[in-house]
Amino acid sequence: MAHDLPVELSDAVAVLGAFPVLAGANLTVQRGEIVLLRGPNGAGKTTLLRLCAGLIELERGRGRVLGHDLSTDRWAVRHRVGLLGHANGLYPDLTVTENVAFWGRTVGASDAEIAAALKRMALDGRLAEVQVSRLSAGQRRRTALAALVARRAELWLLDEPHAGLDAAGRDELDEVLRQAARAGATIMVASHELERAGTLATRQVEVVAGQVRDLGATS
Amino acid sequence: MSETRRAFASVRATARLIAVKDLRIERRGRVLTNQVLPFALIVMVMFAFALDSDAVLERVAPGLVWLATLFSTLFVIARSFAVESSDGALDQLRTSGAPSAGIFLGKALALMVQLLVLVVVLVAAAVVLYRADISWQGGVLLVTTALAATCGLAAVGTLYGGLSAGAKGRETLLPLLVLPVVAPVLIGATRATESAFGTNGIAVGEGWPWLGLLVVFAVLFSVTGAIAFGSLLDE
Repeated sequence: MAHDLPVELSDAVAVLGAFPVLAGANLTVQRGEIVLLRGPNGAGKTTLLRLCAGLIELERGRGRVLGHDLSTDRWAVRHRVGLLGHANGLYPDLTVTENVAFWGRTVGASDAEIAAALKRMALDGRLAEVQVSRLSAGQRRRTALAALVARRAELWLLDEPHAGLDAAGRDELDEVLRQAARAGATIMVASHELERAGTLATRQVEVVAGQVRDLGATS
Repeated sequence: MSETRRAFASVRATARLIAVKDLRIERRGRVLTNQVLPFALIVMVMFAFALDSDAVLERVAPGLVWLATLFSTLFVIARSFAVESSDGALDQLRTSGAPSAGIFLGKALALMVQLLVLVVVLVAAAVVLYRADISWQGGVLLVTTALAATCGLAAVGTLYGGLSAGAKGRETLLPLLVLPVVAPVLIGATRATESAFGTNGIAVGEGWPWLGLLVVFAVLFSVTGAIAFGSLLDE
């Protein structure tokens, strides 16, 4: 059914202030895809992600995310998506486990689900009880992704996820995202690092001046 | 379970989750004990130096306790929302699907607990510095006044803290928004505390109507905040 598609945008217009950041965007994303959003600064990539997260109003056009209409039901979208921007959305004074458990509990996740999320991101060892303020940038990113898993996010919306990570951290992140996609998550990644993100993505789209152009599947 | 009961259970669970998280962060960071409390005590001591008269200090002690509490409240509110915005947790809260009423009540509850600690220390300081005297009936009035006043301050603080969280110049915006609104708390709590202290021979019984004002204020802003917080977070 078309309603089951994670993302369906048709002539979508989103406005920030008086400025139309998305001006008639069309995009369809299939379940399990990793879609790279490329394009210059200010093209509308972040706005597109926030629109899909239900954080921005759909001004005109049509949009459905995970079967929910963005015009009438964007609140319902929110608890089914995970948005990770430049920041990690973590509490530095809490430990890795406390952070992941907190975000998991906001959607009623059980202890077993939280433990599984930590294990999936390889955070169940010595890092589990370390305060987030003492982690490296890569370990923080992993903790943030574990929180998305614990929150049972079905659609992952990632804005420059490789920023601030060293080579090992980037490899680690890519592997985590591939695993998540194999497990059924749909992932949209906005990135300027085309070479790296291009090898990760299964499809690329270009966002330019508020329009979305499909560049097709990556080899 | 009916839909309404399920909704209330969800609000209660979220409120507990948020309150425990905020208090745990405070316990780790120790901002209240290491920064806010010393600031409040310094304010009290400075007042004592500035007024330099036992008679005047005894008369104005209740007002000074609540004035110091109000100023310190601004720091506690700012800290409560700084932890949400420093690493983008506010966006995560918005997309978590957690009921906004639960987020509001949880943050307000954590604020209230911290403000209660603050008031206990400041009242103790007033007793020592300004030689305030409290009977047991006055003690009962003082405790209920502290509970109602901190509840009202926490509700207003959470409401306006949420409103200013994403705004430019929020550090200066917050006092401008909060201080005029909490004027009834300052007046009511000061009058009730004067009665509790027996300042100028005021009887304890005269403090209870002021306590009523504080309770109405706390209920009004708690209900308003629980209803409006979702829209404020979205702005």
